[in-house]
Amino acid sequence: MKKKESNSNASFEGTVNNGKLSMVVGGRLDAAGVTALWPKARGLLETKRLAAIELDGAGVDYADGAGAALLVHVRQVARRLKIPVEFNGLGADIQEMLDLYPAEKLSEIAEPAPKNGRDLVEGIGEAFCDAIRGVKDHVAFMGELFVGLLQAIVHPRGMRAKDFFLVIEASGPKALPIIAMLGFLVGLILAFQGAVLMKQFGAEIYIADFVGKSVARELGPLITAIIVAGRTGSAFAAEIGTMKVNEEIDAFTTMGLDPVRFLVIPRVTAATLMTPLLAVITNVFGMMGGAVVMMSLGFPLVTYVNRILGSVTAADYLGGLSKSIIFGLLISGAGCLCGLRTGEGASAVGNSATRAVVSSIIMIVIADGLFAVLFYYLGI
Amino acid sequence: MSGETIITVEGFTARYGERLVLDDLSFTVKRGEVFVILGGSGCGKSTLLKHMIGLYHPFAGDIRVGDASVVSTTGAERDALIRRFGVMYQSGALFGSMTLLENVCLPLEEFTSLNKAARELIAKMKLSLVGLAEFAHLMPSEISGGMKKRAAIARAMALDPEILFLDEPSAGLDPITAAELDELIIQLARALKITFVIVTHELPSIYKIADRVIMLDARAKKIIAEGDPATLRDTHEDQWVRDFFNRKSQATGTTGEDDE
Ligand SMILES: Nc1ncnc2c1ncn2[C@@H]1O[C@H](COP(=O)(O)OP(=O)(O)OP(=O)(O)O)[C@@H](O)[C@H]1O
Ligand SMILES: [Mg+2]
Repeated sequence: MKKKESNSNASFEGTVNNGKLSMVVGGRLDAAGVTALWPKARGLLETKRLAAIELDGAGVDYADGAGAALLVHVRQVARRLKIPVEFNGLGADIQEMLDLYPAEKLSEIAEPAPKNGRDLVEGIGEAFCDAIRGVKDHVAFMGELFVGLLQAIVHPRGMRAKDFFLVIEASGPKALPIIAMLGFLVGLILAFQGAVLMKQFGAEIYIADFVGKSVARELGPLITAIIVAGRTGSAFAAEIGTMKVNEEIDAFTTMGLDPVRFLVIPRVTAATLMTPLLAVITNVFGMMGGAVVMMSLGFPLVTYVNRILGSVTAADYLGGLSKSIIFGLLISGAGCLCGLRTGEGASAVGNSATRAVVSSIIMIVIADGLFAVLFYYLGI
Repeated sequence: MSGETIITVEGFTARYGERLVLDDLSFTVKRGEVFVILGGSGCGKSTLLKHMIGLYHPFAGDIRVGDASVVSTTGAERDALIRRFGVMYQSGALFGSMTLLENVCLPLEEFTSLNKAARELIAKMKLSLVGLAEFAHLMPSEISGGMKKRAAIARAMALDPEILFLDEPSAGLDPITAAELDELIIQLARALKITFVIVTHELPSIYKIADRVIMLDARAKKIIAEGDPATLRDTHEDQWVRDFFNRKSQATGTTGEDDE
């Protein structure tokens, strides 16, 4: 068995004789050279029943990390097979470089623990337990938050006013354009879909009732909540999460300052106050969207307004707004909680922002369902 | 040491916006030497380093490596130039979503056509150089601050760079590990002929490893001392510079005196 080949930089020649592998290596052992040599060397090193390895490196005139890796690889194979290995003729500096990698130091490299077969079942169980723990965590945090909020109401001076107003600005006025646009479009689409249907019965005038009620009771608060979850909730999670990663939260704690009071309360109060105000805007623009469709169907604006005033009761309107207060609380609470529970590393911040949005939206939908039942029994 | 110049900095001026950080510096680094940048905190050492590796564009002046200017070359030529550098940032800057092994493997994967076994062996060897072989499969978030630094050095060495830039490699390391690191730097400089440009404050290690130092001053924004550390300690005309080398070397033990 004989292989011989040389490329521009490195040359390799190997023979197996009575179980003794002799290799002659020469030239430049850099990344390019080693790329070419490695497969050949491996082929020979996989020969069955090797008894000894001898490597002649007299012709090597340069070796970098890749070259050293090749030599170390040969040495490791010999070690694994428990056969003697001999390097001959290596230049002094190459030998010196090789000495940087003592065999015993390299062999202690731990391999990752192999995965076992119970992965899936275990994974499902673990995920379930995690979910339960998450819910428990959430409930506990809500309690902590509630206490903090009460304290803030009793002693409003203890709250960080600067943070509060910054969050007010970021979550309120800055959200106006998108809230207005979305509200308007949803009202428009709703009215348009209604128009197609009601035209068949000649009942287009009821579009006003339909748009007014559904926007005030359901869609206004819901759309607002989803926007707030996407803008503000995720921002809270990312902001607090970054502080967590930078050990700023720990710094608060070791200074004896409660991160809930410092970071969470201002954010939660601000967002909870802003969400219903945004919902008002969504409602107004949603109804404006309906008006556009009605007017294009030939109804005068005053008719539309009168129908809405006749059909949307104060209970509808205020019921919707009270929902959005709760939504705001849930969203900002979830955002802050996810931020505080951020793990380590850069991707952790992204994960907690995602988690904040997902859990906010789930909670919004569940809370909305509960409200529907509640309002039904209250007759609202 | 062949005495051949590898890095030339000429009339280099750095600014952040309106604020002048370094003013009209000129110096050279020779091939195979361990070149140390000294100075108080905030005097612009990291800034200088980041300009030398071409991360920032200088306000004025030129930085050349061999014949190629870090400042003005572009495109493929620049990529080839940058690839001759290995850099360890002050904060480590490991990629948080990869294990240590993957961090070190990444440049090998991108810039060589070595097979996977070879790449991983090289990466493990580099990690073993900095004493992290057994932690190869951990994520950066699972190791300590000093270990991150060492892993970052391993990553900087992945491609056997000609010049290694290290920003405070031994800050945050215990004296023994720091001494091992010094030993490693000396070995690498000798065995692989790597040129080192190092920012450090550790006087014992400066005496041990530095062939030449420059000292930056925050107020003058210039180099206030240049030369080999023992000579500066004994003969520099500025009392403050002599004190700097003396006082600290006495306070931190006798390593400096012993080595010279
Ligand atoms: N991105 C930046 N923008 C504006 N100014 C900066 C920036 N980075 C650094 N500076 C300023 O430049 C000066 C030098 O900073 P540099 O980080 O280079 O200091 P250093 O010598 O490395 O300090 P240390 O020993 O603390 O790391 C400082 O005054 C700092 O405020
Ligand atoms: Mg710095």
